Amino acid sequence: MSNLAYDAAHLLGALVLMMSFALLYQRRLSALLNAFTLQAVALAAAAAWQGYAQHSHHLFITAVLTLVLKAVVMPVALRRIVVKLNIERTIEPALSIGLTMVAGVSLVTLSILLVMPVTEDATALTREDLALSLSVVLLGLLMMISRRNAVSQVVGFMSIENGLILAAIGVAGMPMIVEMSIAFSVMVAFIVFGIFLFHIRERFDTLDVQKIESFRGESQ
Amino acid sequence: MPRTAQRSGLWKKRGNTNVAVFACIRARNVPYLFHLHFLRFGAMAFAGVAILCLLLLSVLGMPAARWKGGDGVVYGGTGAVCAALTLWAALRLAGGGVDEVVLPLGLPWLPAHLRADALSAFFLMVVNFTGATASLYGWGYGRAHHAVHGPKPGPVLPLYPLFLAGMNLVLLANDAFVFLVSWEFMSLASWLLVLANHREEGTARAARIYLIMAGFGTACLLLAFGLLAGTHGDYSFAAIRTHTPTALAGALGVGLMLLGAGSKAGLVPLHIWLPLAHPAAPSHVSALMSGVMTKVAVYAIVRVTFDLLGEPAWWWGGVMLVAGSVTAVMGILYALMQDDLKRLLAYSTVENIGVIIIALGMALVFKAAHVPVIAALALSAALLHIVNHSLFKSLLFFGAGAVLASTGTRDLGRMGGLIHTMPVTAFLMLVGAAAISSLPPLNGFVGEWLLFQAILNGPTLPQWILKILIALVGAAVALAAALAGACFVRAYGTAFLGRARSVAASGAREVNWAMRVAMAVPALLCVVLGVMPTPLLRLVEPATRLLVEAGPFDGRAYQPWFWLAPTSAVGNSYNGLVFLVVIAAVSAVLGLAIHRWASDRVRRSIAWGCGFDEPDPAGVTQYTPSSFGQPIRRAFGATVFRARDTVDMPEPGDVRPARLTVRWSDPAWVWLADPVVRLVNAAADRVNEIQFLTIRRYLSLMFFALVALLVLVAVLQQWS
Amino acid sequence: MKALLLSVLWQVVQMALVLALAPLLTGWVRWVKSRLQARCGASPLQPYRDILRLLRKDVVLAHNASWLFRASPYMIFTAIWVAAGLVPAFTSHLALAPSADLIALVALLGSARFFLALAGMDVGTSFGGIGSSREMMIAAFAEPAMMMMVFSVAILVGTTSLAEIADFMVSGTVGLRVSLALALMALVMVAIAENARIPIDNPSTHLELTMVHEAMVLEYSGRHLALVEGAAMLKLLLYMALIACIFAPWGMAHPGDGLGPALWGLVTFAGKMALGGAALAVFETSIAKMRVFRVGDFLGGALLLATLGAIFLFVSRGV
Repeated sequence: MSNLAYDAAHLLGALVLMMSFALLYQRRLSALLNAFTLQAVALAAAAAWQGYAQHSHHLFITAVLTLVLKAVVMPVALRRIVVKLNIERTIEPALSIGLTMVAGVSLVTLSILLVMPVTEDATALTREDLALSLSVVLLGLLMMISRRNAVSQVVGFMSIENGLILAAIGVAGMPMIVEMSIAFSVMVAFIVFGIFLFHIRERFDTLDVQKIESFRGESQ
Repeated sequence: MPRTAQRSGLWKKRGNTNVAVFACIRARNVPYLFHLHFLRFGAMAFAGVAILCLLLLSVLGMPAARWKGGDGVVYGGTGAVCAALTLWAALRLAGGGVDEVVLPLGLPWLPAHLRADALSAFFLMVVNFTGATASLYGWGYGRAHHAVHGPKPGPVLPLYPLFLAGMNLVLLANDAFVFLVSWEFMSLASWLLVLANHREEGTARAARIYLIMAGFGTACLLLAFGLLAGTHGDYSFAAIRTHTPTALAGALGVGLMLLGAGSKAGLVPLHIWLPLAHPAAPSHVSALMSGVMTKVAVYAIVRVTFDLLGEPAWWWGGVMLVAGSVTAVMGILYALMQDDLKRLLAYSTVENIGVIIIALGMALVFKAAHVPVIAALALSAALLHIVNHSLFKSLLFFGAGAVLASTGTRDLGRMGGLIHTMPVTAFLMLVGAAAISSLPPLNGFVGEWLLFQAILNGPTLPQWILKILIALVGAAVALAAALAGACFVRAYGTAFLGRARSVAASGAREVNWAMRVAMAVPALLCVVLGVMPTPLLRLVEPATRLLVEAGPFDGRAYQPWFWLAPTSAVGNSYNGLVFLVVIAAVSAVLGLAIHRWASDRVRRSIAWGCGFDEPDPAGVTQYTPSSFGQPIRRAFGATVFRARDTVDMPEPGDVRPARLTVRWSDPAWVWLADPVVRLVNAAADRVNEIQFLTIRRYLSLMFFALVALLVLVAVLQQWS
Repeated sequence: MKALLLSVLWQVVQMALVLALAPLLTGWVRWVKSRLQARCGASPLQPYRDILRLLRKDVVLAHNASWLFRASPYMIFTAIWVAAGLVPAFTSHLALAPSADLIALVALLGSARFFLALAGMDVGTSFGGIGSSREMMIAAFAEPAMMMMVFSVAILVGTTSLAEIADFMVSGTVGLRVSLALALMALVMVAIAENARIPIDNPSTHLELTMVHEAMVLEYSGRHLALVEGAAMLKLLLYMALIACIFAPWGMAHPGDGLGPALWGLVTFAGKMALGGAALAVFETSIAKMRVFRVGDFLGGALLLATLGAIFLFVSRGV
């Protein structure tokens, strides 16, 4: 593979990772959704570039799907939910931003350390993408555990999905069906979470998971 | 060959122990040959006589405290001996070669081995130079103290030469027995010196903790040397050097060395005694303990990991990198939280030891990876930083002592405006503060520059984990340097600038000439070494050649002496002299231009205080050290130290003053020391019960102990 | 010998150039900003007039100002001027290049900050203290972030010499690099913080509780203030030139080039500075200042980005 193809793929993958960091850093829900949109756009660009570089046309479909679903439909829908629920504008992080960021960098280091020696014989591009996408998945998990707001947990969940897609597009010859299923599962997750959110809101008048936990019945 | 030695049979010499080193130095430096013959004649005899002189001075010190001018004799004698030893060590370092001597002292089967190679000579030079300036300072300090506070506290005079003799002996020791005995000498002498101000609050606790930690350290060293000597039972370093330990023994040896010597050097979290004990001693002793005794501990680590253990494993350096990074960052964060000037300096020592250990770890990692040139570069950075730190830390402790002598306080919150009343001390302290904050063109920056050049070679290492670790270590070093700048702006700004915060500070006087000269010498060297570091690096090159078999300038074409351009593997260069000349020229042009064309009139007026122009005798409207530290306390301390500020603001109409309380907890105590103390107390309670048994039970206890030992012996015999 | 003389000549030209251009850049940023905010705005030449006016005025010193307070402006200005002279602007053929590298440049800026913070504490007012303590907190994040940026670039290029970095970057053998992108982001964040721009600090505020840089220099007047302000302008130019030199060195002349490429270098340098100034103005207009204690998060982010960039170098092929 030529230098440019490699460099561009690497750069786009890193952009997805950067957006994961941006997600961790954001405190406001609207800014969070913006960052998520950007991540999806970066992911779509990465998929399209891989399709061009690997000459596999089904990756373009993945790119379009990602772009439409994750960069347009979901952010718009989530934004409407946020507006409709009129939930407060700030996220309360369970950890301080500084600690979350330090934890994030440690996770990236960890995934590099994990992937690099194991995949010595794989092609450079695959190794890069594996390390990057593992980091994105771990950061998404970190986001889900460090945030209390249900909307930001949904965003965290979807950024995990983004990490998985990033891994999938990096491996040459990945069957189409997998991407379809991933995209679909995200769709389902979104619907479930959307309904879930409305129900929570109706019943408890809050989206704070920690407050919801005290409604399990024991404390009343 | 010394003729006297031959005749008496006491001095045995092995002239050709290190022929390779000797030959290579001879090849490069032909003129030194003349010195060599002169030096080798009784080289060790000179060191022995010097140490004997120190011991004699120590004996003399006991009655001398009562004579008039007795302190002058002791300090003058000690200073002269130290100066002579510095010169001797520098010449030996330049001359190279190895001298050994075996004295029929000590244990029957183990005579005392002494040896001076390039590494020992380097450390002897550092120790004795600071010893010389500290002696001059100590003499002046005693006078100043006498004038202000009446009779001298405690028996400093006999202990002071003893302390220096102990450190010198550690550096010359060539077997584990001499090493440990002189190590204990050094520890106990410094412990007694800490107790010199025993009437002050907190000294007793400091001394107690110091004694415990010193005991712990020696125990670890004892175990380490026992492991290294292995089954041979030959405790001379020469024997240890010849047989390579097993991987497990080597690992345990390195770990125990880092624990034992690390606790003396102040590695976090074993540093807990250091910020208590160093400030409690008289200031010239503080300077020696902080600037030099920690270096003797570093010497022990270098001697064992680079020399005695042979080929290092890659992860030894990794462990040192982690320990050093934690020590550097934590040390300076601690320092930022202190209001006591001398304690702040002691914590800053912890930080600098961290940087030195990082540099040593880099050298060890590259030595293990067989890249000797970069190892030499990192080792040079470590050695240079050792010299630098001994210079500016002694300078800063001298300055803190001067402030203490003339204001009677170590509390930053009671100083202020000393630049007006103590101008010379203030200027010299400014040099020290700038140097320790690694600002160019002073010496602290050069050490850091070399270390960064070594760190930039991290990607060439084969281990993934080391590559990433070194990237993080680079961030830690940069963070520590930036925080050191903040720490010394805070310390210097609150102590010397602004307005006086107490009556004592406003009535301070400049200190006597001896103290000023003792501060001026290291300050001058801080500048000289910053501008021209290359001659010193050339001087210590034999030491790097001895340890990693390469020099920092290998593979470079001829470089002029004022140009710092290490090996061709790096390709970068720094020139402090050009830097200084350009800065001086530009400032001169600027100053002339401003005074030629701009208005040069000055009017004096009151400072802007939001309309508050009342006289403010206590200086309470200015920033205090705590308020200066608040942003950094909030950014870092909230997580690391659980620092919390609580403000007690009275209601309007209430006339009591508002109060700001800062609470923080020391993680080393919370997580390590306190649990250990509780554990020891619990164990002591259990053991206490044994004191109240019947005779029959005592007998049975002994019996079972005997049987258990016999069983152990039987098992061991089966195994071997 | 001829090459050496030429490099000395270019060095002198460079020093004069940065001195002459720095107020213009500040004036340009202010002018674009006021245009964006639908104001007429002062002429871009206004900073020159301000400095000349300050130079003619008397110095009003507080009663207990020490010699350090009076000497600091000269030291600060010299340090930053020399540092600005080290950054290749229109040619990489500079006499000082082998004497001081990027690490020395960072440390030189650190010296300027050290003396500025000390000067802020010298008179003993609360404003000086507030400014100095916040400045040092910002520096505690910004300096390591800058060092990590240096680290990334130096590992990529194999040297810390700025002239060689510029020569290497312009040769185009680097290609697209994640680490470079991260380093650029970190450097821009550091530059914003170090130059006391929005969102860290407001260069035009005089609201006492929010200011950092202005609080430190509150007691300065006359020629001292002129020097301090001039140093701040030089620093802005320095950081822009640094970003241009590392990440956009196109058009710069190289050792061995004649007068023509040097002139072309001057033209492109002026163009880069104009673009950078306009970008800064747009950015400052579109963003609000953040609370002082969010600065830690912002610059901590820069530090982590730069560290991540250094770590990524090991992932990328061909280290």
